[in-house]
Amino acid sequence: MAQLNLEDLVAIMRDCAGEDEHVNLDGDILDTLFYDLGYDSLALLQTTGRIEQEFDIVLDEDGITEAETPRALLALVNDCLAQAA
Amino acid sequence: MTRVGITGIGAVAPGGVGVKAYWELLTQGRSATRTITAYDPSPFRSRVAAEVDFDARAAGLGPQEIRRLDRAAQFALVSAREALASAGLTPGELDPDRTGVALGSAVGCTRSLEEEYVVVSDGGRLWEVDHRYAIAQLYGHFVPSSMAAEVGWAVDARGPAAVVSTGCTSGLDTIGYAAELIREGSASAMIAGSTEAPISPITSACFDAIKATTPRNDDPATASRPFDRTRNGLVLGEGAAFFVLEDIDAALARGAHVYAEVAGYATRCNAYHMTGLRMDGHEMAEAITVALAEARTDPSDVDYVNAHGSSTKQNDRHETDAIKQALGLEHARATPVSSIKSMIGHSLGAIGSLEIAACAMAIEHGVVPPTANLREPDPECDLDYVPVTAREHRTDVALTIGSGFGGFQSAMVLKRCPS
Amino acid sequence: MTAVITGIGVTAPTGLGTDSYWEATKAGRSGITPIDRFDASGYPAQLAGQVPGFTAAEHLPSRLVPQTDRMTQLALTAGAWALEDAAYEPDAFGEYGVSVVTAASGGGVEFGHRELENLWRKGKKFVSAYQSFAWFYAVNTGQLSIRHGGRGPCGTLVTEQAGGLDAVGQARRHVRRGTPLVVTGGVDGALSPWGWVAQLSTGLVSGTGYRPFGAEADGYLPGEGGAILVLEDAESAAARGIPAYGEIAGYAATLDPRPGLDAPPGLRRAAELALADARVTPSEVDAVFADAAGVPELDRIEAQVLCGLFGPHGVPVTAPKSATGRLFGGGAALDLAAALLSLRDGVLPPTPGVERPDHPIDLVTGAARELPLRTVLVLARGHGGFNAAVVVRAHHGKGAHPWRS
Repeated sequence: MAQLNLEDLVAIMRDCAGEDEHVNLDGDILDTLFYDLGYDSLALLQTTGRIEQEFDIVLDEDGITEAETPRALLALVNDCLAQAA
Repeated sequence: MTRVGITGIGAVAPGGVGVKAYWELLTQGRSATRTITAYDPSPFRSRVAAEVDFDARAAGLGPQEIRRLDRAAQFALVSAREALASAGLTPGELDPDRTGVALGSAVGCTRSLEEEYVVVSDGGRLWEVDHRYAIAQLYGHFVPSSMAAEVGWAVDARGPAAVVSTGCTSGLDTIGYAAELIREGSASAMIAGSTEAPISPITSACFDAIKATTPRNDDPATASRPFDRTRNGLVLGEGAAFFVLEDIDAALARGAHVYAEVAGYATRCNAYHMTGLRMDGHEMAEAITVALAEARTDPSDVDYVNAHGSSTKQNDRHETDAIKQALGLEHARATPVSSIKSMIGHSLGAIGSLEIAACAMAIEHGVVPPTANLREPDPECDLDYVPVTAREHRTDVALTIGSGFGGFQSAMVLKRCPS
Repeated sequence: MTAVITGIGVTAPTGLGTDSYWEATKAGRSGITPIDRFDASGYPAQLAGQVPGFTAAEHLPSRLVPQTDRMTQLALTAGAWALEDAAYEPDAFGEYGVSVVTAASGGGVEFGHRELENLWRKGKKFVSAYQSFAWFYAVNTGQLSIRHGGRGPCGTLVTEQAGGLDAVGQARRHVRRGTPLVVTGGVDGALSPWGWVAQLSTGLVSGTGYRPFGAEADGYLPGEGGAILVLEDAESAAARGIPAYGEIAGYAATLDPRPGLDAPPGLRRAAELALADARVTPSEVDAVFADAAGVPELDRIEAQVLCGLFGPHGVPVTAPKSATGRLFGGGAALDLAAALLSLRDGVLPPTPGVERPDHPIDLVTGAARELPLRTVLVLARGHGGFNAAVVVRAHHGKGAHPWRS
């Protein structure tokens, strides 16, 4: 079963929205707010849009809004993948 | 100081072609939003829009104009001609060299561009699109300035001409720009207005991608509900409004009727985000304050506020705060504020001009249009939004507000002109 | 009130950065090459002015790169250089003291092309969240405003190739009404197959070269790039101790009459109005940067205007844009930059690619020409009948450029 891990997510975020020069995305960021990682709502829409394309899933819209950290977003995506499987 | 007045108005709007039909729709509180008919909307998250029932022939366009012009340009020509006629003028009657054109548009000839793209790319198949299938007018669709030239040619204006493009405040900024050209003496009259016909698959797709448009597809007529607790996104619209702007003294001397004075205008940028708003609403409040100062009008003299009221969660709160900051809490609460986007949707670059037309009509007729579909007030939006039903209300000073992608925040003050 | 240019930033086919652009321009080096950004082999025209060696990630924050078209990346790069040149300090101008007014033509065309392809080839969910603003006409203004804190009156004007001058004219209005600093000019480009085919539809793109006013002129070539300029209130610039390249002394714009109408084109009127606005007579004009369409009929109209105003061979005329191609919203802004650099150095760059003009004008060809310059007229025309003219004048007041004082 397909799973999204942090490394994949960071790669997608870098590609979709670049990275803030003052942030180390390779550090311990699972519980850091996307806002503090330099990502705004637009960056997250682009990122989640890409995830939906790549995994051919549809994420819950309210869930996306509420997923404020990588851990929360990974959980949202992986739950969705588990249900789709 | 030269005072600039509106002496002619033309409109093409959802619900009707012509100012009369437009004003009837607004005062009846009717919504023109429906399931999109321009193309099959079924793949999209948001499938509703406020469309214009537009018969180009019946609206007076010739066969070559219809072939040559994108829908947005057709709207522009029809409304510019109506504006000229309503000013009691014929093409060339104003000194052509001293008459300019300003046309606002956020996305230009999007619809024709997409249609032509589909052909030259063979349905998206070819990256190296095939030039042998390109129409001669393609470049005219590519640069929105072609629409300003068309308007200039239609009314015989040969003074300064330009497209003003500031996203969703284009329709307001264009009139502000045009009024300034008259005040500084670069033109003695301006044919100014804005147009948009954005309802097209690529527009649906890009607004879907940022979830800006409403997913409320089951009941289109109530989909746009500014300031309502249950609002969840904007409804796309289309249309155009044009004006004849003149030096008021010159206009009165030729016996023209002045609908309203363009008394004050200002625009500011939030320098914050291409699509988002800073929550404090400072730039919008500043634009309103500066526009009022330019109009030498005390905030307490504002009789009616035509709000941007886009029906997005963020805007309507942000704007409510800005109105309170600029007018003062007490007067803000005592003043009718309404959003006509509840009825005609959000026609991007055109809406600002359509809203100015609504303000001029409100001054003219002593009626303010309602905010349709406002049934459950949002506790954070606590002004008098004229819910559902138009209201008789003498308006001598109207304030209209716009906000757009790119961070643009604009405001204009229109005043009754003593004849 | 005097409005002066205190900063110039250039991204052009002939050079990245003002200095490399100006060296190439004075030397008459061309930036026209066969298109290598896409496969142009199937098209009847294959030459363009492409900005060489530009990698966005080397010039812009990583967060901005995915959300911007190439022309916006070039604009942001030029904008940062222009503001650096003007020794801009973000907080020195008051809360609403900085504005942005740029010219545009087709928006972020390459970005838009990719998203149209995503929609029509793959489906709607492949369309970027950035498409809603990355392609639209106001994008460069919005992005420059965000990056540099421009919270004053901002906007975008579109008059195709005349836009660079109209933007500066509007910027000058803002300065006169009290905004001390305006970021203006234009950078543009549409070098994707979709943008190329749109150009080809005019029937005016040359298959062989861009030789304005030449006997062999058979059309123009498109290019990408342009210039961002910093326009300031002269007193504010002087107070900051910032030297000025020159003053925007006059500006005017007109629209041609409807095709077929028996009335003269509006270019001469624009030039005359701009001269009147600057309070100078034609005899005081030291040089003209021409629109130089490269289309024989349009060249003839412009040559007639020049002869009518200045007499045959009456003033040195140049068109360094033959080395860059026509840059749409960026072209007239780049011409203005070249005119200001000419004022600074007392040298007029040549018109590469043209050996001898086919019109009775004193076209600077071959080598650059050294001559004292005080007042220069810049002309521009946009597709559909737009005319604009700007008069730039050496600024000798307080804060004059050290090169000239």
